[in-house]
Parts: sequence; C-alpha cells; structure tokens
Amino acid sequence: MDSPSDIGVSRRGLLTSGAGFAAVTALPASASNKEPVAPMETPPALPVQLKVNGKPAELTVDTRTTLLDALREHLHLTGTKKGCDHGQCGACTVMVNGRRINSCLSLAVMHEGDSVTTIEGLGTPEDLHPMQAAFVKHDGYQCGYCTPGQICSAVAVLDEIKAGIPSHVAADVAASPAFSEMEIRERMSGNICRCGAYSNIVEAIREAAGRRQA
Amino acid sequence: MKAFHYTRASSPADAAALAAKTPGAKFIAGGTNLLDLMKLEIETPAHLIDVNKLALDRIEETPDGGLRIGALVRNTDLAADKRVRRDYAVLTRAIVAGASGQLRNKATTAGNLLQRTRCPYFYDPNQPCNKRKPGSGCAAIGGFSRQLAVIGTSKACIATYPGDMAIAMRLLDATVETVKPDGATRKIAIADFHRLPGDTPHLDNTLQTGELITAVTLPKPLGGKHFYHKVRDRASYAFALVSVAAVVQKDGTGRVAFGGMAHKPWRVEAAEAALPKGAAATARIAFAGATPTHDNAFKLPLAERTLAAVLSEARG
Repeated sequence: MDSPSDIGVSRRGLLTSGAGFAAVTALPASASNKEPVAPMETPPALPVQLKVNGKPAELTVDTRTTLLDALREHLHLTGTKKGCDHGQCGACTVMVNGRRINSCLSLAVMHEGDSVTTIEGLGTPEDLHPMQAAFVKHDGYQCGYCTPGQICSAVAVLDEIKAGIPSHVAADVAASPAFSEMEIRERMSGNICRCGAYSNIVEAIREAAGRRQA
Repeated sequence: MKAFHYTRASSPADAAALAAKTPGAKFIAGGTNLLDLMKLEIETPAHLIDVNKLALDRIEETPDGGLRIGALVRNTDLAADKRVRRDYAVLTRAIVAGASGQLRNKATTAGNLLQRTRCPYFYDPNQPCNKRKPGSGCAAIGGFSRQLAVIGTSKACIATYPGDMAIAMRLLDATVETVKPDGATRKIAIADFHRLPGDTPHLDNTLQTGELITAVTLPKPLGGKHFYHKVRDRASYAFALVSVAAVVQKDGTGRVAFGGMAHKPWRVEAAEAALPKGAAATARIAFAGATPTHDNAFKLPLAERTLAAVLSEARG
C-alpha cells in the first residue's frame, strides 16, 4: 500500500482519481475509503392532528416538516408565506392557540392538537376581516408578499395590547400598555416589509384598532 | 436539515434519562434557536426530545419571597407576569428588549438561557469555528469582530452570549434548577451556569449530558429602580452591541450586569462597590483586563456611557 503524502492523498489515489471521479457518485458507500456517514434508512414520519381555521386536519409528515411547510405543501394553504425561513422576516406569521408565532421555526409534529389560524381563516374575499379591509383601504402593502404575515401579526398585536402584555417602548412596564403609534411600530418589528409600506401599515392597524375600540 | 427521530417526553426525569442514553439527542422546547441552527446544519441532532408537554409552565412564589419560574414559561408570559413587572422590572425590560413578539411567544425561559452565539463565523459552515467544530480554528479572530467579545475571550474564541434575559437573571442572582439522567436534581447559581470559552468554546454552559433545566428561581426582590438599556444597530429586533442591566438603590448603591461584552453575562461584583462613584469608576473595575479588537474597542466606552445614562436616570 502506498504511504499517504502529507496532504492525505496517496500517489496511486491521485493517479486514479481523474479516471474514477465521474464514477464516484455511483459507487456504493462501502467502496469508499472514508467511513460513510450512516444515513437514516427512511426519514422518520409521524402522524399529527391539527385544527386549521376551525377544521380538523390529519396528516403524516417527515419529522423535519415545519408548521409552515405543513400548511403550504400538505394542506395547500398558500396564503402563509415563506420569506427567510429563519424567523427573521415574519412572512410566515400565523396564530397558534390564539398567539402569533413564526411558523417556519416550529415543527408540525410539535403541534399535536393545536388550533392554527392562518390568513385564510381570518376573512374571505367576500367577507374581509376588519384588519384585511384596513390594509386594503390604506394600501398597507406594495408587492403583498409580507402582507398575510403582517395582518396575522397585527391582529395578534391588538390582542396582546388588550391583554396587557408590556413592550419595550413602555415608560413603566408595570402599567397597562396604551395603544400608540410607537407601540404598533415596536410590536410589529418582527414583520419586515422590503417594499417599505410601513407608514401605511401603521395607518391600517390604527384604523382597525379604532374600529374595535368603538 | 438532517433527518431525526422525535419523541414526546412524559416527565422531566424520563426526558433526561432518554437524552443521556440516546446518541445525538437534544431537547426541543420553543425551538426558535435550535431549528434555525438545524436548517443550517450547524446543529444536527439525530433525535429530538420534545419537552413542551411537561408541566413546567408555571410561575410560583417561593417560601422565601422569591419566584420559581418553570423552564417552559414563555418569554411573553414571564415578561407579562404582574409580580415580575412589579418586583423584577429589569427582567421584564430585558425580555421585551429581545427578539420579536412572535419569537417571545414561543421561546422559553430555559431555552433562552441556552441560546447559542450569533457570531457570524459560528453561523457560516464554510469558516473555521472552534465552537461549531472543536479544533478547527477561529475565523473571528482577525476577522470582522465588531459584534464580538471584548473581555473574557480566549485564543480559541471571541464569541458573545447573545441574549438579554440572562443578563437580568445574572443581575438578580437567579438559580437554575435541573434534573439529571439518574433522576437527581441540582441547583446551579446563574454565575456558574454560563462559561467563558477557554480552550473548550463548544461548551456554552455547565450542564451535563442529558441534564434538563426544570426551573429558574429568583431570590426575594431587591427593591430599587430597575433598568435595562440596550444599544443596538436598529431600534427594535436586533441583538445588543452593549446592554446594561442595573438595579440602583436610593443611596446610589446597586448592581450592574452587562450584555454583548463577553461569552457570558458580565457581572463583576467588585465593580458594583464603585457604583456610587459613577460609571467611569465602575467600568474601570468591571472591564479591567479587557482584550478588545480594533473593530470592537468602541464597546468599552459605549458600555461606560450607557451605564452613565442609567445612573443619571436613576438619580433623576
């Protein structure tokens, strides 16, 4: 056997590697000198039951499936969008058991028995949710890609203020939060709009909040 | 993402025992940091143990006047708890200064303590990183280090601990409660929980294999005025360049801990004795022996000035 050189490649290996290169991918792993990384025989899949927009849904998913991919690819609810897929942009925001989360950073199998509300569950084209109507009225978007996440987030923000959950802009965190533009901007900071429709988004939320208070 | 097996844990002790005997196992709770890292294949667990259904989601008063916070209490719920807002406002302030509303709804108390660094070289699998791959080197040293640590660094790692909540927990002298795979429980002072990198930067904390956090307890309230000032590149939803957690009493004495400066929440008790003398005197002791890089040397005056702003507000 040839002794390996200091860069870990044998002379024979180097001479034959040119010819062998094209065939490498077709070789079984056992033919390689390297210890093969044991691949999982079949990726594990598990059943999960959800309630999505009020309707029961039963699916079997690869454990890697995020809630976002379960909604879009398995249940074909494509209103919820995949932006960054890393919890940085908020396009995938949905409500789970009434609370907004990034559906891209949650596994579907972790949601057994949970109730999920997506943009499709808030309103319909014929019967818009007041927040949807306010976004339309105030032009709270340009391309519209971040909009379902913005609207789900905005609906939850109003609930969070109502529930007395404090925010970073509160002067006194022990006091009940008051509705203000500063509060909207801070609480909506997890939803990025690359078109920069922020001022109209704030106007839309302000109007929807006013309607609800009335 | 690499394929993995998934099991729902039935009790904290069972979860710990299962984690210890299953190769490549990790706990998952909120998942907001772990799944991000799994998508990048920086974390590649072969088995996830879901602890979400364990009944560790309550905040209870302790006999000595403190609070016991279950490991699964979500960041939003901890920040919104009336007792926390009244008696430990620095903790509420730190939590709401971090992440976004969506993430805080999911992230847990224990998971937040275990948050991994945001060093850009840790996040880039094409770069050497001793934290991600022990022995591979550190591309941050000599690289772009603006966000990275200025004190407690080593030749192997200059990463920072990225979180906000833990800075307040360190200030408040919290205790981390755990259960080990043999069912025994353990209490770890928060000061001993996070590690400095040394020559083993892949170890962020002092938990043992399979050990599961069950709660974090706070001693009785300190009184005083509570502050968490966070300086970052945008007004919301960004990691700290520098943060200052402080509790200041009427006589000017108090406590201070810093975020964004080191591999762990940075609190030097000896420096706190200098608080009545002001920010410069305090910072001189807190950051003695600092080893900043060209890129991040600004953090030292920034930390001192942020503390000065806090102390000025405390007097006002």
